[in-house]
Amino acid sequence: MTPLLSAHGITVRYGSLAALDGVDLRIEAGQRHALIGPNGAGKTTLLDVLAGSTRAGSGRVLLAGRDVTRLGPAARSRRGVGRIHQRPAVWSTLTVRENVLVAALPRAVRPGRWHPSARRRAAGRTADALLARVGLGEIAALPAGQLAHGQRRQVEIAMGLAGRPRLLLLDEPAAGLSAVEVGWLGEFLRTLPRAVAVLLVEHRLDLVYALCDTVTVLRDGRTLATGTPAQIRASGPVREAYAEGVA
Amino acid sequence: MRQGAVRALRRGVAAAVVVALVLAPWTVDDYTVALLARTLALGLVAVSVALLTGVAGLPTLGQTAPYAAGAYASAVVGSHLSDVGLAHLGIAAAAGAALAAVTVPLVVSARGVVLLMITLAVGELAVTVVGRWRSVTGGTDGLAGVPAIRPLWGLPVLATDRARYLYTLVVVAVLVGVVLLVLRTRVGLLLRAGRDDEARLRASGHRVPVHVAGVHVAAGAVAGAAGSLLVVAQQFVSPADFGFDTSALLLLGVVIGGTASVGGALVGAALVVAARDWLFGVLPGQAPLVLGLAFVAAVYLLPDGGRRPPVRGRLLPAVPARRPVPDRPTPTGVRA
Repeated sequence: MTPLLSAHGITVRYGSLAALDGVDLRIEAGQRHALIGPNGAGKTTLLDVLAGSTRAGSGRVLLAGRDVTRLGPAARSRRGVGRIHQRPAVWSTLTVRENVLVAALPRAVRPGRWHPSARRRAAGRTADALLARVGLGEIAALPAGQLAHGQRRQVEIAMGLAGRPRLLLLDEPAAGLSAVEVGWLGEFLRTLPRAVAVLLVEHRLDLVYALCDTVTVLRDGRTLATGTPAQIRASGPVREAYAEGVA
Repeated sequence: MRQGAVRALRRGVAAAVVVALVLAPWTVDDYTVALLARTLALGLVAVSVALLTGVAGLPTLGQTAPYAAGAYASAVVGSHLSDVGLAHLGIAAAAGAALAAVTVPLVVSARGVVLLMITLAVGELAVTVVGRWRSVTGGTDGLAGVPAIRPLWGLPVLATDRARYLYTLVVVAVLVGVVLLVLRTRVGLLLRAGRDDEARLRASGHRVPVHVAGVHVAAGAVAGAAGSLLVVAQQFVSPADFGFDTSALLLLGVVIGGTASVGGALVGAALVVAARDWLFGVLPGQAPLVLGLAFVAAVYLLPDGGRRPPVRGRLLPAVPARRPVPDRPTPTGVRA
């Protein structure tokens, strides 16, 4: 069966430093896949390559069997790759609702007829539904620039889902969140429909093990191991490398 | 409450300005009326600068190029083909848009100071071209004696300064209204989003280069139409109307008016033109220096202009972050 996303031999170099060195990755439709590793392992770089915002020096990225290696982030997003950034990226002078609406526009479904505002109305309905789902409906009219970190994270998650992704790339979504917020995040991600596959980069291993069915460990730009959470926990090399964190 | 009062005050001032502009031809002399008409034309160019710099976050010193293209296209058409203002406007807007479209490959991927320098070069090149293309533009002597126009087919020729001023006022009002209406659609949302965070817009699937190209061409059309109004107002056009000092005046006016405000751009441009003309009398030969100092002061002392947003590429100092909404519980129970 064709995987939803597969990356083959991804290499990214910054001068003499190899941020990624021949990394392979395979994500099935609906899978919850985690990418873990120490700082500098290349996790965010790999997400950038998969999202199209960084061009790999060599290697190929296939999305549902189609080669998207040469496509930029906008084209990949329209093909169903959503991205949540490490630092919540919202449009600060737009309201919360406008943020989600703009994110929904490229893939907004126009119901049957052509009209200049039909797409905007459809995107607006998507935005309202998503804001209700993430619990921000009551502050939809506030400028996003006035929100605190946790609320921005909620807005960005709604923005990521507004593009109706088949694959959601989450880059440390729990970073900077309180324990209560991490609890909310875990519960929210757990209830995501299986139509959306997730690639989660996260240092909070409790969250990773609770959510994901497959874990890939990166170290120094190379794949150290891939397996189920139980296999990763039990892996000798991984335990040696990450004795403090993974076990 | 305070916001409501500010909004009401702003609307009151805007209404007073509109009334004053309509009554101006009957309350001031012909020279001032002609000066007001030229100021309105320049104000419309300032609107195009605000559209790029403030709304889209693409700073420019090059809107004099489509302004010149529109002015010369209108002058040539007026001298040889038609005296109908609407035709002039259409051709001038098309000329401005076409020139902007030609420069799109230069500006589509540049941002910040680099973009500013490229647009400055485009503006200066335009002035050089019109100064040397004597067979069409009259060179540095310009094109004089452009016939007066009639607004539409069948209407009388606008023979007086008052009539030409009122025509200019109506056209500026209509075009500014169109710009404001368009900015209320998703186009405005996309431009503001691109200004705030272009990478995020790409990551959401939007074709940012298309937006950038579109707003450049649209701003070029607005500036081109303004060029037509300049020719209507003064029935003469020369390269001196489009020099660097005009570009700097426009940007200064837009910064003072608040770069993201279309109405503010008009007011800012008017204030700057008035200040320049007053300074010419008070400090002969020193006006550009004073306006340059005013520009530096405006950028650093009025970082918000009226409501200045951040500019792509960080040309201007960043707006201080607002205080986040403090620890506000959301319906999910999550506290930020």
